[in-house]
Amino acid sequence: MTTTQKSGSGIKPPSPQAINGGEAVAYAMRQIDPEVVAAYPITPQTFIIEKFSEYVADGLVNTEYINVESEHAAMSACVGATAAGGRSQTATSGPGLALMYEMLWVASGMRLPVVMHLCSRSFSAPLNILCDHSDVMGMRESSWPMLIGASPQEAYDQAVVMPTIAENKEVMLPSANVLDGFTVTHSVERVEVLPDEVVKAFAGEYEPDIWALEPGSTATFGTLDANDFYFEHKRQQVEAMKNSLEIIRTQLNAVGEITGRPMNLIEEYLLDDAEIGLVVLGSSEGMVRAAINEAREAGIKVGMLRIRLFRPFPVADVRKALEGIGAVGVLDRAIAFGTPGNSLLQDLATATRTMPNRPLLMDFVYGLGGRATPKFQFREAIGHVLKMNESQVEPEEPGYLGLK
Amino acid sequence: MDTQLPIEVRWHGRGGQGVVTASRILASAALKGGYYLQSLPDFGAERSGAPIAAYTRISETPPIDRGPVYEPDAVIVLDASLIGQVDVETGLTPAGTIIVNTDDPNAPALRRLKLTVGQQLWTVDASQIAVSLIKRNVPNTPILGVFARSVPVLDIDTMSHALEELMSETFPPPIVKANLKALQLGHDNAVKVEVAANV
Repeated sequence: MTTTQKSGSGIKPPSPQAINGGEAVAYAMRQIDPEVVAAYPITPQTFIIEKFSEYVADGLVNTEYINVESEHAAMSACVGATAAGGRSQTATSGPGLALMYEMLWVASGMRLPVVMHLCSRSFSAPLNILCDHSDVMGMRESSWPMLIGASPQEAYDQAVVMPTIAENKEVMLPSANVLDGFTVTHSVERVEVLPDEVVKAFAGEYEPDIWALEPGSTATFGTLDANDFYFEHKRQQVEAMKNSLEIIRTQLNAVGEITGRPMNLIEEYLLDDAEIGLVVLGSSEGMVRAAINEAREAGIKVGMLRIRLFRPFPVADVRKALEGIGAVGVLDRAIAFGTPGNSLLQDLATATRTMPNRPLLMDFVYGLGGRATPKFQFREAIGHVLKMNESQVEPEEPGYLGLK
Repeated sequence: MDTQLPIEVRWHGRGGQGVVTASRILASAALKGGYYLQSLPDFGAERSGAPIAAYTRISETPPIDRGPVYEPDAVIVLDASLIGQVDVETGLTPAGTIIVNTDDPNAPALRRLKLTVGQQLWTVDASQIAVSLIKRNVPNTPILGVFARSVPVLDIDTMSHALEELMSETFPPPIVKANLKALQLGHDNAVKVEVAANV
C-alpha cells in the first residue's frame, strides 16, 4: 500500500515504515486529527506526545494541543473538551495514570468518549520507569473499554479503531489503547500505515447527541446525583460496557478488513488440539509463542490464549477458547497485593467457574518493573502447568518467573 | 548478501555516542532491504557518559522477541573503555562478529576480549573519523560502515539511504552529508584483526 504523502513536511514517507510504537500511535492521532489533545509528558509515553507536538507545530493537524500541568488536568481537559462536543485524546503511563485516577471515573460516569493511549508502566516505589501492568490493573474497574496490543503495528491499528468504539452511540464510554512501555513504545519495527484519507473516512467525525456548548443546549454534565439516581446511572454503565463488546468485535473486524491484518477480541495460538495452555496479555506473547513452539517439539500439546479485549472481559470467547483444555497457566504482569489471586487469574477463575469441565488454573507473576522474561522461563511455566494437569492439584500460591 | 537470517545485534556505548540512533539507522536499512526489523534501546539510567546498550534484530518474519539480545550475531562497541567494565562479548555466537571503535588494532584492551577462533574482530578509529568529518565524537555512523562491510546482510548503499532519510528529519544537509562520508570512511578504513586461539 502506498500513500501520497510527501516527505520533508514532517510526515514519514509511504508505508511500511520503521517506527516505534509511540510514533505509530502519534501517526494515527495525526490522521484522526482530534479537536483536543491534552497530555503531560511521562516516560515511556513521551514518544507519542513529542511526535504529536511536532505535528501540531508543523501545522499538520487542527488539534488544540494543551500542555497541561498534570495528568489530572489532562483528563479534566479531555472531559471538558468532550462534554463541549469535541473529540479528545490523551496519553499517559503508570504514575501519570494514578494521578488521573479520579478523572477516569468522571469521564466514564459522564459517558464521554475520550480516547487514552496507555503506555503501561510500573508504579513507584521503588522508582521504576519500565513496563508492567500495575497501571493497567489499576484502571480495570473504571468502566473504560481497554484493548491491549502486542506490537507497534497493533498499537497503530488499535489507535485507528479506538474513537469508533468509544463514540458508538451504544457505548459512549472513554476507551483505552494499551501498549506496553518500552517493549512496544520504544521498539522500532516495521509498521504498515494506512493512507490519511482512509483513516479519516474510517474514524469519521464525533457527532454527539448531547453536548454542552451547542446553541440552545440545556445539557448538564456531572451534576450532583446523590442517592436518587447515582445507582441507576452506574447500572446503565454496566449495560454500556456489555454493549461495547459486540461493537468492539465489529469494529476490529472492520479495521481488519481495511488493513488486511485481522484483530480479534482474543487471539489463539495452537489451542485447537491443546491439552494445556498459557494465558497472556500484551507484548510478551511472542516469547510465549516461542516457548510453546519449543514445548511442542518436545511433544507437549500446549497453546496460547492472548486477551486483547481486557475490558469488558470477553467471557464467552474465553470460555469457548478454553473448552477441552485441562490446565491453564495465567501470566500476571502485576501483583494484586493481599487478594486471593492476581488480577488476570481472578478474571480467568471467575470467567471459567461455571464451565462444566473448567480448566485447572495456576498463576505466574512475571516481568515486574521491566524484568525481561526469556523463553526458557515461559518454558518452565509450561512444565509446571503440565505437572498440574497430571496431579490435578491447583497450587494456592502463584509462581514467580525469573525472581532472583 | 549471504548471511543467515535472523541476525541479532547488540550495541554497547556511552550516553551521547549515538547508540540508539545507530541501532535505528540499521533497522531502517533493514526495512529498505525488505526485511522485518526491530531496534530496541535498553533503558536504564539515561545519563550522558553512562554505559548503555541497544539491540537490533533483522529477520524475514515479524519479530517475536521484544527483550534483550542474549546471543548476538554481532556486537558493536562504540567505546573501547567499556571493555573490562561491561562483558560486551557475552553470548557472542561462535561465528559472530565484534566491532570495536579504537585507534589501535593492537590495543591491549582488545586482548581482554574473550573471543574464540571462528569469531571475527574488526576495528576502526570511528572517533577520529567522526571528529574530523562531523566535528564531534559521535562514532556511530562510521561504525555502521564497518557493519556493512563485515556482516554481509545490508550493503553500504542501503545503509547510506537509510542514514540519509533518517538523519534528514532532524539534521541540516551539511551534517547529513558529513555522516554519509563518515559511514563510507568507516567502511573503507575497517581493519580485520586476527583472532588467535588463546586470545
